[in-house]
Amino acid sequence: MSKTHVTTKVNGDEVEFLCDPRETLLDVLRDRLHLTGAKEGCGTGDCGACSVTVDGRLVCSCLILGVEAEGKEIGTVEGIAEGETLHPLQQKFIEYAALQCGICTPGILVATKALLEKNPDPSESEVRYWLAGNLCRCTGYDKIIRAVMDTAAEMREAS
Amino acid sequence: MALDSSKTTGFKYVGTRPNRPDGLDKVTGRAKFGADAYAPGMLHAAIKRSPHAHARIVKIDTSKALAMEGVKAVVTRADFATGLEGEFGDILENVMAGEKALYDGHAVAAVAATSALIARDAIKAIEVEYEILPHVTDVDAAMQAGAPVIRADAADASVPEGLHPNVVRYYESGHGDVEAGFAEADLVVEDHFLTEATHQGYIEPHACLGTLGSDGKGELWCCTQGHWYVQKVCAACLGLETSQLRVTASEIGGGFGGKTTVFIEPVALALSRKANRPVKLVMTRSEVFRASGPTSSTSMDVKIGMKKDGTITAAQGTFRLQGGAFPGAPCEMTAMCAFAPYDLKHVHQVGYDVMSNRPKQAAYRAPGSPMAAFAVESVIDELCGQLGLDPIDTRLKNASREGTRASFGPTWPRIGLVETLEAVKAHPHYAAPLKKGQGRGISCGFWFNHGGETAVSLALSEDGSAQVAVGTPDIGGSRASMALMAAEVLGIPYEDIRVTIADTATLGYNEISHGSRVTYASGLATIKAAESAVQKLCARAAAKWGIPEDAVYWEDGYAKPSGPNAGDFEPLHIDEITATMGATGGPICGHFEATPEGAGVSFAAHIVDAEVDPETGKTSVVRYTVVQDAGKAIHPTYVEGQFQGGAAQGIGWALNEEYIYGADGRLQNAGFLDYRIPVASDLPMIDTVIVEVPNPGHPFGVRGVGETSICPPLAAIANAVSNAVGVRMRQLPMRPSRVLEALESAADG
Repeated sequence: MSKTHVTTKVNGDEVEFLCDPRETLLDVLRDRLHLTGAKEGCGTGDCGACSVTVDGRLVCSCLILGVEAEGKEIGTVEGIAEGETLHPLQQKFIEYAALQCGICTPGILVATKALLEKNPDPSESEVRYWLAGNLCRCTGYDKIIRAVMDTAAEMREAS
Repeated sequence: MALDSSKTTGFKYVGTRPNRPDGLDKVTGRAKFGADAYAPGMLHAAIKRSPHAHARIVKIDTSKALAMEGVKAVVTRADFATGLEGEFGDILENVMAGEKALYDGHAVAAVAATSALIARDAIKAIEVEYEILPHVTDVDAAMQAGAPVIRADAADASVPEGLHPNVVRYYESGHGDVEAGFAEADLVVEDHFLTEATHQGYIEPHACLGTLGSDGKGELWCCTQGHWYVQKVCAACLGLETSQLRVTASEIGGGFGGKTTVFIEPVALALSRKANRPVKLVMTRSEVFRASGPTSSTSMDVKIGMKKDGTITAAQGTFRLQGGAFPGAPCEMTAMCAFAPYDLKHVHQVGYDVMSNRPKQAAYRAPGSPMAAFAVESVIDELCGQLGLDPIDTRLKNASREGTRASFGPTWPRIGLVETLEAVKAHPHYAAPLKKGQGRGISCGFWFNHGGETAVSLALSEDGSAQVAVGTPDIGGSRASMALMAAEVLGIPYEDIRVTIADTATLGYNEISHGSRVTYASGLATIKAAESAVQKLCARAAAKWGIPEDAVYWEDGYAKPSGPNAGDFEPLHIDEITATMGATGGPICGHFEATPEGAGVSFAAHIVDAEVDPETGKTSVVRYTVVQDAGKAIHPTYVEGQFQGGAAQGIGWALNEEYIYGADGRLQNAGFLDYRIPVASDLPMIDTVIVEVPNPGHPFGVRGVGETSICPPLAAIANAVSNAVGVRMRQLPMRPSRVLEALESAADG
């Protein structure tokens, strides 16, 4: 089957790939670009483990086709830290033990980073509803919510 | 003199809350989980599954699939070992159907191709001719005369005569005379309870990458709770020598018991052997629901007698567990856990393991105990309500304690139920006022915990740091706990220890990460391995000083002479000894191999406030407190995490989650949209209290904490909802439609 040539930017770097028109953006990120930080938990947009940003907008990469990445800017968990400096969310997630198995963590970090860029001072309810599309089966969300609230407070103080 | 570092107080590292060693990998996306492995020349596989609940496989035609461009191998049951019986025979039959498809989703063939898309297309081209057979998916229906027989002769010798062939195992225990006990009661309550099958709901689907050659040697990477078990099962299913297959456990994206068995790994290896290339196989979410191992569904009857002062006079329970198309539903554990929290003069419990046309159940966090607690603790709540008794005082009055004869036989050693219940009573949540429309529920929960075969190896480096190889996959931060325990014994900083999950080729057999055994058993083994290294460190110091080995002791990272008689020597730091170890006798290592049998049971009690919307029937959990005996919390933050995670899974089980089968025997809700696990906006913060009654069977008192946390929630939430709506809730899940029915029946009253 003929493949489509796509040029896009991932975490600031220009990339090119050939993909089958049926491949999702998640398939392309993982299998063609070897960025395996985004995970496939369901493939139907229900779990959020594949969360990425496309032109700054939070999306499930399993619900977008790879060919749709043409000309866009994609952001994944691999692009959250700056060099050896972790993003405050990443640091707080470690400190708060906001992960147990860690499979949902990349998606939750991408999602909460998008939240804090949009709303630097969210209430607990706003964090909970924003993350309602990111399933975590280990933590009961308690330590995740606390880590996000504390990161937001610290980032507000720093800015 | 054997070194013994046992203690329950005065810790330097144990009980602190450092960052986990794998934290950076997990927050940057570079941790490698099951589906994150790739190999040169790798093929992608897909599995063809039965759409029928019960059908004879008449013919499988793979020719069209094999003829497709890019398809490299197709396997059916004919490509696996023959003559397997018992446990391995059942697993192989579940991994790939033989003569019959036994449930909707049962594997019948598989394809390996050059891309995942081609593999998925190719399984559609496999033609299977079925002869459809009558099916049964409900536990009570499967026990009825005339129910379709899943498999003749599957029952073992425990089953009494006269029962349907679908009843494959039977358990009975107890003591005293329950009829005499009921006669002494002022009130006897008997009720019938039902729970639906639920799924562990780990976010990572089963995934593996296997390579197997015609020389019988293989490599396997997979997400599993126990890679030595995978090694053993795969070797049997493929006719290999166990040691020729090396299995490496990936990071694991949740398991909760569901990754203690084998579903896809032998298929990837069989395809690899046939194609002579590495094969990657990843389940879809729908396949995880249809064809991995959910819990049993249950049908239960519980009868309890009580005096006006709250004394339980007798208790009796019957627990029927639907376990899918194979034997193995945890009927014994359900019955044994049911009345374990209570000191009972007269008690009797019975369990039935019942087969049906559903996927083979697998362990899910304290298998069986949550359902038993739902039935038993609901009846106790009903008794307390009708007799006007305080639910905690009543439980304290009847609580099991050291010396009590357990409901299933043994005499309890030191246990922490009384301390746990007293902590509940003292918690501000217990006395907090409730709002209109809210109800409060309490429940106890019990789990055995487990030891199991364990091997750990520890090696010191020249700079005095240590590497520890353990064999139990780290499912929730256990590498941090192991490093803390090793640090405590060696007397070196937590950060100087690196803990690795070893593959099957580099360590002796390790049982699965199950039974809440990792911090207990691998922890004990880590402590013992560190002690054996310390003994060698002391011996090197003794040799240097020219004094007997037993005149040297170890403290805080230093070898020291044991007293004035031993001589006057400057203490030697660990790195001074390791720096020269090559010249003083060679590498310094410690290791430990055993089957620790001192696992300590654990009890929990939960407090829940639930609010019911009278218009929609929707229940919201508004406040939740977990109190549990951990024995000793090595890393308290991760202990809290286990408490919170178990409670959250219990909330889902109680309120939303259920396997829904249609009349056609097909699973109706095989996805996270229709099988709804709790999301962040469904839950409150979950408060935790760690009780520490040390387990005498572990050097630092660890009991294990992973499973007990899911035992009380079903009952605690059902009691809260029952108290909110004024009707006893006897069936899970308490979805809105069911609560509305209860509200309507109360109004009709």
